[in-house]
Amino acid sequence: MLKIDNVTKSFGGLMAVNDVSFQLDDTGITGLVGPNGSGKTTLFHLITGFYKLDRGQIHFKDKRISGLAPHVISRMGLVRTFQQTRVLPFLSALENLMAASPGQTGERLSSVFFQPGRVKLEENNNRERAMQILGLLKLKSLDQHLAGRLSFGQQKLLELGRVLMARPKMILLDEPTAGINPTLIRQLVDVIRKLARKGIQVFLIEHNMPLVAEICEKVFVMDSGSLIFSGTPSETRQNPRVIEAYLGREDYGA
Amino acid sequence: MDYLLHIFIVSLIYAIFAMSLNLELGFTGLYNFGHVAFFGIGAYTSALLSLAGHPVTLGMVCSMIVSGGMGALLAIPALRLTGDYFGIATLSFGEITRLFFLNERWLTKGPMGLPGIPRPTWIGEGVAGLPWFLIFCMLLTLVVFILTRHLTRSPFGRALKVVREDEYVAQALGKNALSFKIRAVTVGSILAGLAGSLWAHYISYISPADFTLTETILVLLCVVLGGRGTNWGPILGAFVIIFFQEIIRFLPIPADFDRFVAPIQGMVYGAVLIILMLKRPEGLLQEYKE
Repeated sequence: MLKIDNVTKSFGGLMAVNDVSFQLDDTGITGLVGPNGSGKTTLFHLITGFYKLDRGQIHFKDKRISGLAPHVISRMGLVRTFQQTRVLPFLSALENLMAASPGQTGERLSSVFFQPGRVKLEENNNRERAMQILGLLKLKSLDQHLAGRLSFGQQKLLELGRVLMARPKMILLDEPTAGINPTLIRQLVDVIRKLARKGIQVFLIEHNMPLVAEICEKVFVMDSGSLIFSGTPSETRQNPRVIEAYLGREDYGA
Repeated sequence: MDYLLHIFIVSLIYAIFAMSLNLELGFTGLYNFGHVAFFGIGAYTSALLSLAGHPVTLGMVCSMIVSGGMGALLAIPALRLTGDYFGIATLSFGEITRLFFLNERWLTKGPMGLPGIPRPTWIGEGVAGLPWFLIFCMLLTLVVFILTRHLTRSPFGRALKVVREDEYVAQALGKNALSFKIRAVTVGSILAGLAGSLWAHYISYISPADFTLTETILVLLCVVLGGRGTNWGPILGAFVIIFFQEIIRFLPIPADFDRFVAPIQGMVYGAVLIILMLKRPEGLLQEYKE
């Protein structure tokens, strides 16, 4: 589904992502872990077209996506969230979701004026679908609230909902559970699992290792820009290189 | 009475002008500091065509086409710049346009300006035509209001707001942010061209001095004071600002103090703009409900 070949990106002298290659098949939920600054978010930016890569190629569903603009990649069904939550603060929760609907006729100027019937019909369908998603996220009662006024956790949920609204084939989640309370984490995990069951591939960056072990079928580990390990969560936790990356080498220790 | 008609007509023309800027500033978040250029291009296009003997209606339609075209031509390169840099690019475009009006004498008669621009024949010249011109302006303001309201409430308008709120999110959701911004500027320029054309036919004499940065600041103030991102805000703002501007004329100002009035007015506008941005950025009318 997603194939990454020899991807390299440096900022000045800093090698952010160094010759990374891997392939994601139909594995349901995949995790990407590694210490801070190991290049995980940069890799997400590269996959989704927000950064241009220095070397290498990325393919999604056998089509080359490296070099394409972010909105083109998104339209192919590869949709992401951001590490810093980015809801649209002055739009209502409902509008946040409706805006994410893909391929809206009403976004064309000519259709706004010359096909009002079709636009209205689409809007009604999108509103209905957005309300269903709000229901799934348990945010239905907040549909008219400004997204900027929601709690941090609710914003995270809304962001996930927005990705869903875009009818993705694969979603990239950058630290979906960072900074939210345990109850909301459970709710979020339920939603992520539901998506995976529906056949949407999930690829997520996460620091919460027990959570990764719980939901991911496969884990990739990065350190200092390189991919150092891939395997099941239990293999990952026992691998000496992974332990070293997180905790440092014993002979350097105090 | 005629003077009151005059104020209403000017307010309505500025209302259209402000609504056109609001599409860019209020809904798309683009700080266009050269918006007066499109008002000017519209005014000159319409004036030149009607002075050459073509019907006023044709002039007005052409002014919208030319302004819109120029808007798209400016937007395509300028919108590759973001934030402040876009502001600077548009600011210089406004100045370039004014200098064009000033120096291309073969076309614009330079600083002499263009006198004797006719009104539509059914309205008639002079004071007698004022009520009819007012009705004409009201109709056009209504049409522009309905069209922009329809546009801003559509999925297109929502997408503009997404671009305004967060361009990266827009891209992540598969929206071509650049294309939305170009279309917003193009539509904004078309409507500014209409306002400029109305201005030329109403005032009957235009010169490069009518299209300076001061006019951009004035229309910017109409939008910000009225409430950007709202449909009624620019209209309210235009009426408040134009009435305020005209009322100053009746203040008992000593004759030798007269020459300070215009600069002080400019300072007051600048100060009001800054205070508004700091204390009530949403303006008189607020876009979103609490």
